[in-house]
Amino acid sequence: MIKYDVVTTISYPKKGAMGKTGGWRVFKPILDKEKCVKCLRCWIFCPEGAIIRREDDSVEIDYDYCKGCGICANECRVKAISMVREESK
Amino acid sequence: MRIVVDTGNHIVAKAVQMARVDVVAAYPITPQTTIVERIAEYVEKGEFHGDYICVESEHSAMTACIGASAVGARAFTATSSHGLLLMHEMLHWAALARLPIVMANVNRAVGPGWNIWSDQNDSISQRDTGWIQFYCSSNQEIFDTIIQAFKLGEHEKVQLPVMVNYDGFILSHTSLPVKIPEQEEIDEFLPKRKIKWKLDVNNPITHGNIIMPNDYPKIRKAMQEAHENAHGIIKEISREWEERFGIHHGELLELYKCDDADYVLLSMGALGAESKVAVDEMRKKGRKIGLARVRVLRPFPKKEVIELAKHSDLIVIDRNISVGMEGVLFTEIKASLYGEVDAKVYGYIAGLGGKDVTFKDISKMCERVMDGKYGGYTIFDVEG
Repeated sequence: MIKYDVVTTISYPKKGAMGKTGGWRVFKPILDKEKCVKCLRCWIFCPEGAIIRREDDSVEIDYDYCKGCGICANECRVKAISMVREESK
Repeated sequence: MRIVVDTGNHIVAKAVQMARVDVVAAYPITPQTTIVERIAEYVEKGEFHGDYICVESEHSAMTACIGASAVGARAFTATSSHGLLLMHEMLHWAALARLPIVMANVNRAVGPGWNIWSDQNDSISQRDTGWIQFYCSSNQEIFDTIIQAFKLGEHEKVQLPVMVNYDGFILSHTSLPVKIPEQEEIDEFLPKRKIKWKLDVNNPITHGNIIMPNDYPKIRKAMQEAHENAHGIIKEISREWEERFGIHHGELLELYKCDDADYVLLSMGALGAESKVAVDEMRKKGRKIGLARVRVLRPFPKKEVIELAKHSDLIVIDRNISVGMEGVLFTEIKASLYGEVDAKVYGYIAGLGGKDVTFKDISKMCERVMDGKYGGYTIFDVEG
C-alpha cells in the first residue's frame, strides 16, 4: 500500500478504522445455518463487509462490526436470518 | 519566441494548449466564453490533446476538475462572476483536497443589476477558499501567469489550486501583442505534473472521509504553511521566467518608481496598469509618487507592504467593496501594518461595475491626498 505524505483527508483500508462499530447495534442478525442455501445474497448486500464468506461459501456474521441494519435478513430468500433485539448488558 | 496579437481570452486558450492540460471542464459565461470557445476550436482542429468535458453548470465544472486532478490529471477551467460564485462550495473542496487546478477568472460585477463589466467582487468574495489568487494587468502577464500557475500549484511544497484573475473586456476582449515562447521551451519550464496523492484503483484509498476535531486543524495548518511556501516560490518562479524568457511582471508586487517616493499607490488588475500612467503624469509635475501593483492577493504580500510603508505613505484604490466595511485591499494593507510600522493609509473605491477609471481619475484621487484634502473613505465614482 502506498502512503501519501500530503496533508489532506485520506484514509487507508484498515479493519475497523472507526473502532468496533458492532456496539451501535440495536437488532442482531441471527443466522440459521440449517436453512442457509449458500446463495451469498447477504454477503453481496451487506454494506459493511460484516458477512464472512468461507471456502465452501458458507457464511458467518462478524458481530464486532455488524451495525444491525437488517439488510441481510431482508435480502435472504429462505429467511435464514432473523433480527433479534440486543439484550441489555 | 514569436509575437501574436490577440485578446486576453484567446491568449489564455493558447496558454492552456501549451501547458499540455489533460482535462478542461467549463461552462460558458460572459465575458469568459471566448476562452472555452477557442479551446473547443483547438479540439475540433486536433490541436488540443486533452479531454474537454462539457458540463451543465460551473459547480459541475469545478467538480469535474476536482475528479480529474484527483486521479492525477492536469486540470483547467475558466469562469466569471456568477459562474465563480456557483463554484464556491467546490472551491473550498479543491483547496482542502490540495489539488493544483488552475482557473482563469475573468473579473465581472455581480448582479443584480445585471452587469457584465469589470469588477473584482466575484474573486474577492472567494478570498478565503484557500486558492492562490493572481491579478493580471496585460495579456502578456495573463499568458505568463497561466503557465506559471501550473508550476506553482503543482510545486511539491505548494499543492494548491490557483486562480488567475483579469478584467472583463478591458483585457478579456482587447487585443494586445504577446510574446509566445516555443512549445519545447514551455515543456522545459513546465514538466509533467508530479502527483502527491491520487485516487487509484490499484491502491485504494478514501478521500474526503470523516475527520475528528483533533485532526481537522492539522489540515488548515498545512494549507497555511503551503501559502507561506508559495510566497517564496512565486518569487523563484518569476525569476526563472525572467531568466528563460526575459519578461518580468514583478513578484508579489510590481514596484514602479517607489525608491524615493513619499507616497505609494496600490491597486490591482488593469487599474494597476492605468495607475502606472497616472504615476508618470504626476512625476512630470514633480510629485514623488510610486506604484506597487498587487499581483498576488493570496498569499498576501504582507512583508513587502510593510517594507513600502517604512518609507512612504500608502494610497489604496480598490475595485471591490466588502459592504459594511470598505475595500478589501485597503483593509488588508492596514491589517498588515498594525504593530509594525506607523504609516498613513488612504483608501478609495473606484471602477465598480466597469465604471471607467482613467489615469486622470487616479491622479485626482492621489493629488487630493498629497494636497492634504483627503476627505475620508469614499466611492470615488459616485462622490467625485
